[in-house]
Amino acid sequence: MVSQQVKIALVTAALAVFVYIVPHSGSFVVLLATRAMAFAILAMSLDILLGYTGLASLGQAAYFGVGAYLTAVLATKFHFGMGWDFWLVVVLGILIGAALAALFGLFAIRAGDVYFLMITLALGQCVWGLAYRWNSLTGGDNGINMSGRPNFGLDLGNEVTFFYLVFAFFAASMGLMYVLVRSPFGRSLTGIRERELRMQILGYNTWLHKYIAFIIAGGFGGLAGVLWAHTNGHVSPETLVLTTSVDALLMVVLGGAGTLVGGAIGAAIVFGLREYLSTIVPWWQYVLGGVYVLTILYLPMGLMGIPSRLRQRFSQGKDEGSKELASKPS
Amino acid sequence: MTSKLQKILLGSCLALGLAAAAPASAEELRIGFIAPTTGIFAQTGKDMVDGFQMYLDEHGNKLGGVDVKFIVEDEQGKPDMAVTKAKKLILQDKVHMFIGGFLASTGYALAPVSNSEKTLYIASVPAADDLTQRQADKYPLFFRTTWTSSQPHHPLGQWACDQGHKKVITIAADYAFGYEVVGGFQKAFEDCGGKVIQKIWPPLGTKDFGPYIPTMKADADAIFSLMVGPMSLQFPKQLRGSGNKKPIIGGGTSYDEFVLPFMGDEVIGDVSALQYSAAIATPKNEAFVKAYRAKYGKVPSYYSEGNYTTAQIIDEAMKKAGGKWPGPEQFIKIMANLKIDAVRGPLSFEDRNPVQNIYIKKVEKKKMFGYDKDELWNTVIKTYPNVSQYWTYGKEKFLAQPVYSRDFPPCKFCE
Repeated sequence: MVSQQVKIALVTAALAVFVYIVPHSGSFVVLLATRAMAFAILAMSLDILLGYTGLASLGQAAYFGVGAYLTAVLATKFHFGMGWDFWLVVVLGILIGAALAALFGLFAIRAGDVYFLMITLALGQCVWGLAYRWNSLTGGDNGINMSGRPNFGLDLGNEVTFFYLVFAFFAASMGLMYVLVRSPFGRSLTGIRERELRMQILGYNTWLHKYIAFIIAGGFGGLAGVLWAHTNGHVSPETLVLTTSVDALLMVVLGGAGTLVGGAIGAAIVFGLREYLSTIVPWWQYVLGGVYVLTILYLPMGLMGIPSRLRQRFSQGKDEGSKELASKPS
Repeated sequence: MTSKLQKILLGSCLALGLAAAAPASAEELRIGFIAPTTGIFAQTGKDMVDGFQMYLDEHGNKLGGVDVKFIVEDEQGKPDMAVTKAKKLILQDKVHMFIGGFLASTGYALAPVSNSEKTLYIASVPAADDLTQRQADKYPLFFRTTWTSSQPHHPLGQWACDQGHKKVITIAADYAFGYEVVGGFQKAFEDCGGKVIQKIWPPLGTKDFGPYIPTMKADADAIFSLMVGPMSLQFPKQLRGSGNKKPIIGGGTSYDEFVLPFMGDEVIGDVSALQYSAAIATPKNEAFVKAYRAKYGKVPSYYSEGNYTTAQIIDEAMKKAGGKWPGPEQFIKIMANLKIDAVRGPLSFEDRNPVQNIYIKKVEKKKMFGYDKDELWNTVIKTYPNVSQYWTYGKEKFLAQPVYSRDFPPCKFCE
């Protein structure tokens, strides 16, 4: 078992290598990496719910969507957020995501398991319907086109500059979420995931814990949306359609729920296959499907489960490995 | 967990090692083509690619005497995927132009890319009116080779009025394309003295029209429908099944060749309008239909013809340019001044959108072009020549009104 310090060092090193290599890898790779990172923030925010709190949400795209639409509407209707006020938009995006989650949480947190899934799905579809039908604000089906990216001395119109910015948000989000899940609050979330009743008996207000986790995840979702809007320069109902929520969920499961890093890896793999491999071969869907199926069959803990899986194989017969496996979330 | 994060290192290095390497030889024309070749629109995407490819095959893979590098990218029916793929084509493959996109929203998403990357974008399918109307000035490197949503439906409104229809109900898919089609029809129909007495908007993808059909007013003379994809197949079947015998007038996609072969005899006699019908009785179209059918085993749809003609337009523009890529601005100027003898009929351009024949078509079951089976064909019953995207209103007057929407033109005669 590696200590936390080593793990942190490994992640930091990986991120450093990543941020060093990408800008030298051609503009298309930079664009893909930017997209993947913006989406990875969404996937990681979902991991707080799915992996740490045990709540499978199918509505995470709603917060992503309001963040993106907020950015686009402010930029096109009020010319707001194209200079220094970009940072204000970031804050507003986080707040609107959190606020929407606070509202939806009132309905959703009461339920558990599959009912939670259904309610979040329904609420997410409500937001999609609003984006689709509120023509005067959202441009309906055609969506909103933004003209250019913010420029505040730092010209984000430059893809590489924008890549660094999104990377900064991505790394900071990962760090913040890591601190969150390691905090006493995060520990109690894990407790709720493992056995909610026991936590209640211990005197925890589990509803409130889940509610706060839901709001935090919504805030990060909103942030991801702001970045996503600027990445594409275009927001349409397609941004917050159900598939977006499902994608985020699949990424988390693929990478490994309850690991944070897993969401990012999942995002990298899905974007890599769907957007890079698809430029090379027409049968990329089989690869993506195959990866999903193999992961579900052989790696119930996702790709992040590979090390413990390997260790288990090498130390067959020893108790240590299987014990650790049993304590992992699935 | 010794190597927990080595995975990341491995994964990221893997993703990153895939750097770009773009050869840029001067004597080839690099064309990026963005179509949904997977996902729910995969079949239309195939028609788009096949149409363009067929023209290339017929001309030895040369346009205007220049070798073509034709690169197809899958946009999966998603606007932001299309943007990513367009940027890939531009940044990595260094294409001279990118063509395609399927949905209107994809057209809107791709248009700004032409600005930011200074690359020509030819919309061979997205029909959103405003891209060549109220927003045309925003996107100077945008060019359209097929139609605006309302373009065929102004003449159709006039035609319906000329047939003596006084009161019409519209039922149309509830999204921007539906609004623009209905808007065009309603505007021309009411300007001629007709009345739209009810507008029904079932959601896109509706398969059960049970809740809508009974609400239709009984005193209408005809029903105007705008359906897309599977909706097109269901609506006439269910309407006739309910005993409603009123004539149906359809928007372009309600009866185009993409859905027609899958329809039953209940659609015989239904009328629709578009800039293309596979049953146009010209030698040029007959040859096209036969060649296309021999090659791909199906009747060409307007997606096929639109992209075939797009290739033809590029071909003739490249010839005019002397076989050298003249840069996007100059190329647009050349295209805008072309007169094309296309499969669909004569084409010229106005504000980067075609001026062309609009065909009023009636579904008939007959043998055509020497095929030995009775099939459904969109027989042309009237041709409106040289139809502009502004119809007969004139550019200024037309652009002074807002873009057609759910609320415009208002339904003055609905109670």
